[in-house]
Amino acid sequence: MHALLELKNIRHAYGQQLVVNDLSLTLEKGQIGCLLGPSGCGKTTVLRCIAGFEPVAAGEILLNGVKVSGSGFSLPPEQRHIGMVFQDYALFPHLTVTANIGFGLHRLPKSERVPRVAELLQIVGLADTANKYPHELSGGQQQRVALARALAPRPDLLLLDEPFSNLDVSLRERLSLEVRDILKSQNATAILVTHDQNEAFTIADEIGVMHRGEIQQWDSAYNLYHRPANRFVADFIGQGVFLPGKVLDLRRVEIELGILTADIPHQCAPDAQVCGEGCHVDVLLRPDDIVHDDTSSLQAVVLHKAFRGADILYTLHLPSGATALSLVPSHHNHAIGEKIGIRLEVDHVVAFDQSSNEK
Amino acid sequence: MLRLCFSRYLAAMLCCTALLGTNVAYAEQVVVYSARIEQLIKPMFDAFTQDTGIAVKFVTDNEGALLARLKAEGKNTPADMLITVDAGNLWEAAREGLLRPVESKTLDANIPAHLRDPQKQWFGLSVRARTMVYNTQKVKPAELSSYDDLAEPKWKGRLCLRSSKKVYNQSLVAMMIAEHGEAKTEQIVKGWVANFATDPLSDDTRAMEFVAAGKCDVTLVNTYYYGRLLTKNPVLPLAIFWPNQAGSGVHINVSGAGITKGAKNEQAAIKLLEFLSSEKAQNLFADINMEYPANPRIKPDPVVAAWGNFKQNPMNVATAGELQAAAVKLMDRAGYR
Amino acid sequence: MKDETLSATVRNGNTLTGFSRFTPSAHRTASGWCLIPFLVAALVLIPIGTVLSSFFDPASDIWQHLVETTLPGLLINTFWLALGVVIGTALLGVSLAWLTAVCEFPGRKFFSWALLLPLAVPAYVTAFVMLGLFDYTGPLQTALRSWLGPESWFPEVRGRLGVITVMILAFYPYVYLLARNAFLTQGKRSLEAAQSLGFNRTQGFFKVALPMARPWIAGGVMLALMETLADFGTVSVFNYDTFTTAIYKAWFGMFSLSAASQLASLLIVIVFALIVVEQQIRVRMRYAETKQSARGDRIALSDWRAGAATTLATGTLFFAFLLPVAQLGIWAAGTFVQDFDSRYLDFLWHSLLLSALAALLTCGVALLLVYAARRHPDPATRNAVRIATLGYALPGTVLAVGIFVPLAWLDNWLGEMALQLFQIETGLLIQGTLVIMLFAYMTRFLAVSHSPIDSAMQRITSSIDEAAMGLGLNGWAMLRRVHLPILKSGIFTAATLVFVDVMKEMPITLMTRPFGWDTLAVRIFEMTSEGEWEQAALPAVALVLAGLVPIILFMRQTEK
Repeated sequence: MHALLELKNIRHAYGQQLVVNDLSLTLEKGQIGCLLGPSGCGKTTVLRCIAGFEPVAAGEILLNGVKVSGSGFSLPPEQRHIGMVFQDYALFPHLTVTANIGFGLHRLPKSERVPRVAELLQIVGLADTANKYPHELSGGQQQRVALARALAPRPDLLLLDEPFSNLDVSLRERLSLEVRDILKSQNATAILVTHDQNEAFTIADEIGVMHRGEIQQWDSAYNLYHRPANRFVADFIGQGVFLPGKVLDLRRVEIELGILTADIPHQCAPDAQVCGEGCHVDVLLRPDDIVHDDTSSLQAVVLHKAFRGADILYTLHLPSGATALSLVPSHHNHAIGEKIGIRLEVDHVVAFDQSSNEK
Repeated sequence: MLRLCFSRYLAAMLCCTALLGTNVAYAEQVVVYSARIEQLIKPMFDAFTQDTGIAVKFVTDNEGALLARLKAEGKNTPADMLITVDAGNLWEAAREGLLRPVESKTLDANIPAHLRDPQKQWFGLSVRARTMVYNTQKVKPAELSSYDDLAEPKWKGRLCLRSSKKVYNQSLVAMMIAEHGEAKTEQIVKGWVANFATDPLSDDTRAMEFVAAGKCDVTLVNTYYYGRLLTKNPVLPLAIFWPNQAGSGVHINVSGAGITKGAKNEQAAIKLLEFLSSEKAQNLFADINMEYPANPRIKPDPVVAAWGNFKQNPMNVATAGELQAAAVKLMDRAGYR
Repeated sequence: MKDETLSATVRNGNTLTGFSRFTPSAHRTASGWCLIPFLVAALVLIPIGTVLSSFFDPASDIWQHLVETTLPGLLINTFWLALGVVIGTALLGVSLAWLTAVCEFPGRKFFSWALLLPLAVPAYVTAFVMLGLFDYTGPLQTALRSWLGPESWFPEVRGRLGVITVMILAFYPYVYLLARNAFLTQGKRSLEAAQSLGFNRTQGFFKVALPMARPWIAGGVMLALMETLADFGTVSVFNYDTFTTAIYKAWFGMFSLSAASQLASLLIVIVFALIVVEQQIRVRMRYAETKQSARGDRIALSDWRAGAATTLATGTLFFAFLLPVAQLGIWAAGTFVQDFDSRYLDFLWHSLLLSALAALLTCGVALLLVYAARRHPDPATRNAVRIATLGYALPGTVLAVGIFVPLAWLDNWLGEMALQLFQIETGLLIQGTLVIMLFAYMTRFLAVSHSPIDSAMQRITSSIDEAAMGLGLNGWAMLRRVHLPILKSGIFTAATLVFVDVMKEMPITLMTRPFGWDTLAVRIFEMTSEGEWEQAALPAVALVLAGLVPIILFMRQTEK
């Protein structure tokens, strides 16, 4: 049994500029993957390579174990049976919603096409807009039409290119959950490309964080947050600060707020090579690693506060002059400039060798 | 910035032109609407201005448009004179009441009666003879005789003609109607159509080229086209034959002029008209375009004279106008396109 | 519903000229906007109405004669000609537009602008040159006869196919220009969407790119069709009788301007019906562009395809431009010394000035029409706009008379008034002024400028207006900073077309020009009316060269 999608060391360049570098990933059937990264990291290019719109310079792409792209070879996009939802939806403005959704069903007889379109209209909840033209729909509705259109021919793989970026924030969250439900209900395999980690976390099973044309880490959302493979991932995913520390032994690191004890050996460098004792490291502290404790002797000054409903995110000024973040239940309301007690509560110690600072 | 200046400049220019327009009155001038094109009429105007000091202002256009224009402008027309290249349109202008009669001893003396309007509303100034041109390698002059003869079966597949849409052919057929009556003329025109070697051509020169190239043997053209073509290419196997010499004579049309009803400068305009019939201007007509002078005392250009003398159809050219519509309909019926 | 009221207020709030500022009731009372198309239509209707009024002067004998003799044949001829030109210009124009806008093949960059050059060559000139070269007496057939004997077969050049070919070569740039504009701004995204849904590029072209470009293509084809129906010069060179032939025959041959006008009225009705039908079919559709794909990379054509593309473009350019211009050049070289003098500078200056002013005016008015129709998309306005663009379908001389007659009437009336009221002899006040010429050009060429600008306007969604409103842009500022940049390519297209068309225009120029305002086209008319084609070559070459100026400017603007 092959993986549904397999990218083996693919490489893509626009002229001299290397956009995708030696990238590999595997996606099983029914999984929803995500390529997450800042703009310009090459994630959309990967998607376009998979779709067949861009050739690969080296490496190969396998779909159901069959090679669809390789150096000097590219199966035309229309023969790959891959659906795509474009960032701007690319709905056909001259066709009604029904015609848009039915567009890819041209090989089906009419007796099958009509019920399939009706089914999809039902699934995306647009049954009442069937005869409207795209310009008569709202942004969210257009997005759903684009999704329905891509799903209609039951593609082996669905690609979504920043599908929510044109929508407002509240709609974005609601729709991304909805989309995940739709994809899961259809048992679709999909890859999403986005720069928004919340979107990625909501929809995807597996997420690849991309930077400079390479996947830095291909992992679950939990691991990306709590076990970032390198400094870039640690920085890009979630919030947090780095504090300098010193390795005491295999499981203990000392920072200014105390000694951290890890349940598993901490990682020092991207390759997880073990740092020796006395090695200087940067330790990642997430806002939830520092908890508010009025009884604690450790004191820090409130520098900023961001009220978030259930919690408040405090930016704290540590005695050493460094800053740290702390997420505190919102009934603990402190004013800026006030001193509050804090305590460390670290489950995963993430530390990077200071010599790997170039990232 | 530059663009702004430019557009202001344009706007200013536009205003000036709009305001000044054409309506500044000069002391002595004649305004002419001419269907005769600039290079065939301006030399005569220049000569006139030189002789008399009277300025001539003119616009060229096709006859139909000029007539429509005169009619619309009515008595306010700026034009004093109308010049056309055929009698039919002069006749039509007179019928529409756009021209006024001119009594002038000079004109009466210079222009023969059959080349001017019986009511003297217009005068022919140059004569355009529509004659036969044949391929000297394929036709002996003895085979040729008259326009009617070209309808005979012996010319089957040997005749090329210019389109019936040209006024010269319409005038020719109109004059034939006057001579033979409609029924016989229609027979003749049908005979021509039956003898066509190829579909009618767009102009006289083309028709002669077809004759020279051997597609057909004979055609009908205005002589000056023949003159121009031979000047350019003297080796072509083409020659002129004067038809109807035993009968009514060669069909002729005139390029002529009349004074408009609304003319503001009548005296100057009459002076110009008289001048155009005079020796000096008539020589220019003969030289510039190889036409025949309307004034019988003036000799044609030597090149033209070499084609020989011929008998003109003495019927008044106004007939061409009178029967032009009938001629057009007749040619439609006969299938002559 | 809430959205609707919002956009309604927005629409009334941003006015083009700023003279009707937004008031709460502005969208109920007639704003200046809804009057504009009616005003323009009324102006354009004057000449058309003059033509239509010919029905008060019955010419039943001529009608009867025409119906009994030539009319049936003429209608059939006209039908085949129109059909041939429509299909031909659409095929050639769209395929060249697609190749140069979306594909990559050797010489594409050159061809993308060079293929516009035939615009500058008047159709009747192409016709004359083609006949000269390929007819019985032409060098090709002469050579063939000398090799293969006098009876060697050659297709009839002066037939239906010949006229259709020449007209396609002359009029395809209208379709090319507009379709190319559409394809360029369409982006590749829609095509990719079609590919992701299982269509290959060819299928995607037919299913997506082509339908999405439809308003542009239809606009271009409509222009070509109107030119064809109104044409007299080209068909008379071929002696191919069409409906226009009947019009001129009735007028010049049978001296019945009213019969001619009645025939022309039929032409107007037919074209109006065609316009209505075409627009009705796509009344609810929108063609707002999908965002351009970030990388404008082109479809690289494979070897034989690239070869075919280059061949097609080269062939078109050769026959539609190089061959006629080369022939003109040879003739012009022969007459240059004797004919060329300082007057040519005047001709050239007059041609350029008139064309530029007419382009400015016509595009401005077209812009007003398009805006007004956008603001008030009711049937009355739509019809007013349609009527306003009908002048292009009339044979030029008929329209010229239609313009001239009411004008002369007005002038006479003004003179009468002045005489009665102030005892002054004014003579003719407005005739023979440039204003009248420009008005006449506008009446004729409004369709040419309206088509591209209207197509471009389809791109501006109401959300763009609203977004601009949200940023506090209003009136002029909205027009200048938001709409004009979007409409720019449409306006440039329109201006180029009008410029070149005015340059080539004869009947209106001849009839309405002030004394002494001869242009290059007038010069060509004079030479050709006496059959002096070789002498007409010099002004024709000058006209082609001058026509290149806006085309090159245009390409520089749009290639940026």
